[in-house]
Amino acid sequence: MIRLSAWTVRTAMVYLGAGFLIGALMLAQKGVPLDPLMLRMLPMHVEFVLIGWTLQLGMGVAFWILPRFSAEPRYGNQRFGWMAYILLNVGVLSTGVGQWLNAPPLIPLLGRSAELLAVVFFALHAWPRVKPAGA
Amino acid sequence: MPPLTRYFIKTALIYLATALLVGLALAARAAFDLPAEIAALSPVFFHLFMVGWVTQLIFGMLFWMLPKYSKELPRGNEKLAWAAYCLINVGLILRVIGEPLVALRPDLGVGWLLALSASLQLLGGWAFIGNAWPRVKER
Repeated sequence: MIRLSAWTVRTAMVYLGAGFLIGALMLAQKGVPLDPLMLRMLPMHVEFVLIGWTLQLGMGVAFWILPRFSAEPRYGNQRFGWMAYILLNVGVLSTGVGQWLNAPPLIPLLGRSAELLAVVFFALHAWPRVKPAGA
Repeated sequence: MPPLTRYFIKTALIYLATALLVGLALAARAAFDLPAEIAALSPVFFHLFMVGWVTQLIFGMLFWMLPKYSKELPRGNEKLAWAAYCLINVGLILRVIGEPLVALRPDLGVGWLLALSASLQLLGGWAFIGNAWPRVKER
């Protein structure tokens, strides 16, 4: 597994752990009320689980298992992959934590923009690797 | 394919069918003016789909496909992964039972079911991470 994949998959797991923790706090709050503010974490929970975990894991696995090239660089342009990794995580944190903290709407907007750019960089990396065997 | 992966994937398929069945009930409520109480199943629908289907399918595939931990323990600490399977499923079933009950009959005093469900699912998720994390390694 290349370093880019390992970092992406591990970061996805961090979001999985955090997403489960937030979800557990909110679910417990429904049954044994402690602090109603916990339910304000719903947008962050959704952001962490859907984008931070599911999407990021998909990207990390793709960096790892998509067909390689026969000549160097065998894994394609990894700079695009690293840009996707950085932008996605800036986006998830800005959008998720920003919504939780009631940050100005500009923050989640910038977060979503970063996520969109991350997907563009991911596509730039992955597109040439989606190819017939041996090509 | 290791036995635990088969359990994860087959259980995930059952949850997928169940989630869509609950989704059908939610859609039928709106279409046929069925009792409003059915709407209490909405969070159950999302979590049957996202935890029962998506997450368990991913867990099953990762347990199978991630790089080997070592020659002696190719899939790392398998007890942790089995614990994840049991905890997540017991936790999710408790949620499916408890969440509509708490919403519709708060007088029953079964809120503890949700706290227990939350704890079990959290431990399950973390147990899976504990198994998978050491297997994610650079060459």
